[in-house]
Parts: sequence; C-alpha cells; structure tokens
Amino acid sequence: MIQSQLPILIIAIPLLMALAISLFGRKSDILCFYLLVLGMAATFAAALGTLSQVLSTGESIHYYLGGWSAPHGIELVIDHLSSMVLCMISGVALLVGVYSKRTVPAEVPFRTEHEKIPQRVPNYYTLYSLLIAGLLAITATGDAFNLYVSLEIAALASYGLLALGQGRAYFATFKYLIMGTIGASFYLLGVGYLYIKTGSLNMGDLQGILAQAAMQHSTSITIAFAMIMVGIWVKMAFFPLHGWLPNAYTLAPNTSSCLIAPLMTKVSVYMMIRLMFSVFSANYVFVTLGWQNLVVPMAAVAIIFGSISALGQKNLKRMLTYIIIAEVGYMVGGAWLGNANGYIGAVYHILADGMMTLCVFMALGAIIYKTGDSSLESMRGIFRKMPITAAIFVLGGFAMIGIPPTCGFFSKWYLVTGAYEAGQWFFLGALLFSSLINAIIFFRIIETGFFPDFNREKESGHHEGKVAMAEAPLSMLLPMVITALSLLLIGLYSKDIINGLIRPSIPPGLL
Amino acid sequence: MANFLEAVLGQYNNWAFIILLMIGIYAMIAKNNLLKKVIGMAIFQSAIILFYVSVSLKKGATIPIIAHGHGHDHGAVAHAIDAASYANPLPHVLMLTAIVVGVATLGVALAIVQKVNRVYGTIEEDEILEKIKE
Amino acid sequence: MKIIALLVSVALGVILLVATNDLPEWGDPQSPASTHLSRYYIENSMEQTSVPNFVTAVLADYRGYDTMFETAVIFCAGITVLTILRRSHRRKKKDVQPRPCREGQDIILKSAARLIAPMMQLFALYVLAHGHHSPGGGFQGGVISGASFILLSIAYDLEMLLSRLKERTIMFFSGLGVLIYAGIGAICLLLGGNFLNYSSWSKILQVSEVEARSHGMLGIEIGVFITVTFIMISLYADLASGGEMDEGL
Repeated sequence: MIQSQLPILIIAIPLLMALAISLFGRKSDILCFYLLVLGMAATFAAALGTLSQVLSTGESIHYYLGGWSAPHGIELVIDHLSSMVLCMISGVALLVGVYSKRTVPAEVPFRTEHEKIPQRVPNYYTLYSLLIAGLLAITATGDAFNLYVSLEIAALASYGLLALGQGRAYFATFKYLIMGTIGASFYLLGVGYLYIKTGSLNMGDLQGILAQAAMQHSTSITIAFAMIMVGIWVKMAFFPLHGWLPNAYTLAPNTSSCLIAPLMTKVSVYMMIRLMFSVFSANYVFVTLGWQNLVVPMAAVAIIFGSISALGQKNLKRMLTYIIIAEVGYMVGGAWLGNANGYIGAVYHILADGMMTLCVFMALGAIIYKTGDSSLESMRGIFRKMPITAAIFVLGGFAMIGIPPTCGFFSKWYLVTGAYEAGQWFFLGALLFSSLINAIIFFRIIETGFFPDFNREKESGHHEGKVAMAEAPLSMLLPMVITALSLLLIGLYSKDIINGLIRPSIPPGLL
Repeated sequence: MANFLEAVLGQYNNWAFIILLMIGIYAMIAKNNLLKKVIGMAIFQSAIILFYVSVSLKKGATIPIIAHGHGHDHGAVAHAIDAASYANPLPHVLMLTAIVVGVATLGVALAIVQKVNRVYGTIEEDEILEKIKE
Repeated sequence: MKIIALLVSVALGVILLVATNDLPEWGDPQSPASTHLSRYYIENSMEQTSVPNFVTAVLADYRGYDTMFETAVIFCAGITVLTILRRSHRRKKKDVQPRPCREGQDIILKSAARLIAPMMQLFALYVLAHGHHSPGGGFQGGVISGASFILLSIAYDLEMLLSRLKERTIMFFSGLGVLIYAGIGAICLLLGGNFLNYSSWSKILQVSEVEARSHGMLGIEIGVFITVTFIMISLYADLASGGEMDEGL
C-alpha cells in the first residue's frame, strides 16, 4: 500500500513537517532542527523509493489526487526525469538541513542592541520546509495551474529565507519579489491563453490537444508559449533578466543561499524542460517555431556575461552567484539545442550543477562561519587552517571547471557534442571560454589559499607550522564531505545515470 | 482590416485587461517609490484575474450553482443539467487561488517595504541606491 | 528606466492584442474553455459529490490539492511577514510620542464596532456553512471573520485585541487550519484511498461515498476558514504596528 502512495508522501511529509515545526517547535530551537532533519530524511527516502519504482518498472507513475482521473482532477506524474530531480531536491534539502545545525542559530536570530527578535528559528525552519514542499510539488505535478501555485509557495518561502540576511538584503529581496511576481504572472497569463484555446489544464491532455494541426499554427498558442518561457526565464535569472539574482543571493544568510542557490534555478530549468517537451513538443518548439537560433546565442551571451562578471568580483559569494548565471546559460542552451546530446547535457547538468553549487556554497559558508569574511583575502592560508573545507572547495571548483572525473566534465562533454552537432559554434565557443574563465577564477583562489600571508607572518613573527587548525564543526563537515563524494560518484557513474535515467526520458522528436 | 477591427473591438474584455496590465507593469518597472511598485504589482495581478474571470462568461448563462439543488433529490436533477446554462466554474476556482496568492504576495511585499523603510529611512528607490553607495 | 518601462508595457500590450485575434468569441458557450473540462464538472459534480455549487465542488474536491497549497501559501505569507517584521519593542517609553489618545472620544465608533463585530462573525459562519449551496466557503467566510477582529482593533486598539487573543494563539490556530486540511487528506491515505479522496471517509462517517465527499469538503473548508481568519489578524497586527505588536493604527 505504501508503495502506491509514495508520490504524495514526497510532498505531504515536508508540508506536514512545516506545520509540526510551527505548532510544536516553539519551545526549543534544537527540536525544530531535529524535526526538520527527520522530515527531510523521510522525504529523501520516499523520493528514492519512487526512483527505484520508476527504474524497476520503466514506466512513469501517475498518482491521482482525490481519486479523480487525469484531466478532471490533478495528477502527479513521476517519470525518469522528475524522479531524478525529486531525489536531487530532497537530497540537497537533507544535506543543508544537517549543515544548518550550527549556522542557523548563529546567523538567523540577528539580535542587535535595539531589537530582539523572538521566535525566528522555528519560523525559519517552517519556511525551509515549506520551500522544499513547494519545490517538490513543482517537480512532481502534472497540472499546469498547480505548477503556478507550487511556484508561488516556493517563491514566498524563499523571499522570507533570503530577506533575513544583512540590512541590505531587504532591498535586494524586494527587487526579487517584484521580478518573481512578474515572472509568475507571465506564466499564469500564458496558461490562461492555453486554457482558452484548449479548455484543459492537465499537461498530458494539453499536449494531446496542442498536437492538432489547428493549434500548431495559432498565434495565441505561440504567444502563450512565449509568455510561459519569458516568465520562467525571469524566475531562473536567464540573461538579460538576471538583475535580481546576485544581490539577493549574496546578502542572504549563508544557510539560505546554500539551500536556494542550488535548487531555485535548477528547478526552474526543470520546469522549462518539462513545459517545452511535456506540454508543447520538440516538434513544435524546434520545427514549427524554430526559435533555437535566437535562444541558444542568448544562452551563449549569458555564459560569457556571467563568466566575465564573475572574474571581476572581489567578494567570493557574489562571484559564485555570477557563475550561477553562467550555468543557467549552459542549461537553457543545452535544452534549446534541439538534439539528444544537448538534452542529455542539460538534464545531467541539472543534477551535476545542483550538487557542485551546493558543494562550493557550503564550503564557502563554512569559511565565512569561521573567518566571518567572504573576500578573496579571507582565503589566505585556508589550506592550513581548514584543510578539509579547502579540499572540498577545490573539488567543487574542479567540477565547475569541468576536470574529469568530476561530474562537471561529463555535462560539458555532452553539451559540447550537442553544440557541435547542431552547428551552434558561438555556444560551443562560449562553453569553452567559460571553462577557461572558471579555471582562472578557481586557480586564483587556490593560489591565494595555498600560500599563507607572508607579510603578516613576518610582522607577527609566526612560524609557518604554528598556524592553528580551525576546522568547521562536524555537523557542517559531514554534509560537505558527502556532497564532495557525490560529485565524484555522479561523475564516475555518469554512464549509468545517463543510460538509465536520462536517455529513457528523451522526448520523441529529438535526435 | 474591418474583420480584424471587429474581432478586436468585439472583445472589449481583452482591452480592459490589457490596459490594466500595461499600467501595472509600467508602474512596477518605472515608479521610483517602492509602494507605488507594490500598487503596480496589485494592478498587474488584478488584470490577470479579470482576464480569467471574463473567460468564464457564457452568453445567457446563470451563476454556476444548481438552484434548489439540495442533497436528497440529486438523482433527478442530474438529468436536467444543461452545461450551456451555467457559467464556467473552472476560471472562478483558479482565480480564487490566484487572488489568495496575490494577497499573500502583497502582504509580504508590504512587510519588506516597511523593513526597507526601517533600514534606510526612505522608500524612494534613488535615495536608497544613493545610501547603498555611501 | 521610464523608457524601458514604456517599451516593455507597450510591447506587452501589442503582443496580447495580436493574441486576442484568434481567440474564440467572448461568451460563446461552445468555446473550448466552456466545453472540455468545465462541461464535465457541470454535468457530473452534483452526481459525484452532491454539492450544487460547482465552484465549491471543483475548488474543494476536483482541485482540492490546489486549494491545500493555497491555504499553505496564506500560512507561508503569515510566517514570512512575522519573520521579517516581528521585533519586541525595547525603545524607551519616553522616546515614543504617544499616539493621540482616543479614550472617551469615540464612543459611537466603539459601540458600533461592538454591535457589528458579532454580526460579522455570525455571517462569516453562515458563509462558511452555506458554501455548498450558495456563493461562499472557507476563504470568503474566513476573510469576513478576520475583518471583524480587525474592525475591533481599529475601533479600540491593537493592544485590546492582543490582550484577548494572544499572539501564540493566533499562530497556533493559523497552523492548525492547514493541519486540519492536510490531516483530512492524510487520513484518506490510512483509510486506503488516495490523498484527499474524501470518499474513503464513508467508512468512518457511515454515509454513502458521495455524501462523504460533501462532508469532507465541509471539513477542509473549516480548516481554510480557521487559517484565513487568523492569518488576516496576524498580517494586520504585524503590518499595522511595524512588527512591535503594541499600539497599531
């Protein structure tokens, strides 16, 4: 019985856990932490359960909420693609949950002498759990309107989580809120046009109706598609709609950025892929409309812009946010290449980039936790002070550059192959260029980190060996080590992941 | 051309919502005062709600509730239902959700504006940007 | 910035006007939007759920999952506003200009509010309970009932409201409403149905499956009512007092 109910458990557990934290966690902060970790572990287990179910049967799971069959009620559809993303989201949520044990009490209460803020930690964990419920619901749903509602719950929770940073974070979050609302409203408008033309909201049903010849050449359907795409691009910070992202993520508390940076943009990319291929079709997007010659160069510009901006940043956290913008360009470009290799690259990169963004953000968060500073200078001598954290950061950096056998190499390999096959030379060039820039960025950091501050040592008369080790606490190291290992594992088993999970999900019409 | 005009003018519901939408998005991007941006956001969302609700209209139809449809005799009533005589309930349902989402977003936006005002002492965007630069 | 905004808004307007060109005629009963799904709801919801109000039937049953998230969205907004704004006031009392004291000056306002508030609450319960048969339901009723509390706190003082309704109570009930909703859905799992399949409640309630759906809808509407009422109060209290929960407007 529990087998058939697994899909809803993935979403219901974090939702109920949010309520449990809110109702029963008011007394003690540490209880909230344990409730959260328990909930996320259960969610992760349920997600793994559906993954194994999908893998063993080879078919997608349809779960009918309220017992109403497909177009009339809302259904959850879990296929190869969504089960992979569900595992990624719940896995990241679990890892960050463990990681947050020390960081949340340190960052979130934010007491100043003027104001004391009660009850912030339980509220923080409630929002955390609601965010995860929203993201999982986005991934699992098979209904276009339900996607909007899930999107909004994730967005509202993320506004709360991001706004708790330093003073300037509020203004950055306000901009994010305005942009996020525009994005979601555009999506809603697009769905409205689809509904007027087809009378349906279910994704599978919509795809069937949209395949009719009359729909293929309808102006309003084309505009609905454009609206939906623009809305999602705003949400994922695709160049040139990225303006809100760097400030919002940089100024947020570290735990929030660890959680939101790997998940939000990646889930938006998943949404884009899902809508392109499961509501519209590969044939419609690439043959009838043929906008790939517009979007792929745009993605290339996004990559180049993100990389160059990252190169100019002094603050490491801000630098990473610009790398996120470049990575969004990778995935959008890959999905729009219009061939199987590009698709594989984009989908594999959702998984790989989620894990490597998590890895570098967690390592940087640990460094900030210890040194209280996120400038390049704070990295000086870090290999002596925090050897494990530094090694993990380097591994994450290698993955971002794309050095084998880390997972970053394989996604780039498929993207480059796809770009070559599609003849998108500009995009191919941008991919290689960004690898080069990433290499410069990370080797600069490694160089800074490897050599101690000679000047200061001379002044204070310290000997090299005397630098005290000040490694991050275990609750932070453990999830970091697991993430770093997962980067290697995802890379080493890339063939199995691609053949077992991604190839079966390639939509018909992509070669 | 005449056909096009007729088609466009006949759907004056679309004109109404498009004009509201344009006002809303203009205010969200161009206005300097954060509260005016929030008001623009509310107009923008209301325009979309108007659009959806106007879809549910059917000429000659009544509200989507069966009159005197009390529990016991529903078997008999079910045969008499003519779909064309009741307005379309689905957009109403969707918009009830969207209104609630709009209210929630509005509340959060107002809270953030208050907090911005507390940090910077102003809600004019250019003054805030100047203070950030300092 | 103004030019960009003008360009964006004009471009949006033009694109949407072009899109209206091939939309079905406005108000046409045979348009796809009015036939495909909506005809199914109109023709079958009475038979399948015994609720004559199609909007309630679709909202609470066919698309009940959406509505659960919608309630969660309201709850989430309440928590977010609380987290962002809430602070305990530590300012020294002498620094604060006392707001104009209205004690004894607005007896009409206070008496009127005392008369109206119970009527509003009664009407809110009517709107909630009669949502199956007439326009209404949990959201509408919840907003009216929340407004009655806000009215009181405007006529008197926020402090007067919060001394009768502790902040902890407000947060507890707003979470409880969502819990009732999700709990009714989750118990369906234990009874062997899918999530939110109220017909599985027929085993407990000793009624037919169709009746059970109607009762289930009432149950979740009550949950929605509670959450909306208390979140409305919480949003008002937070926003009106700048998170200090003292004087209010």
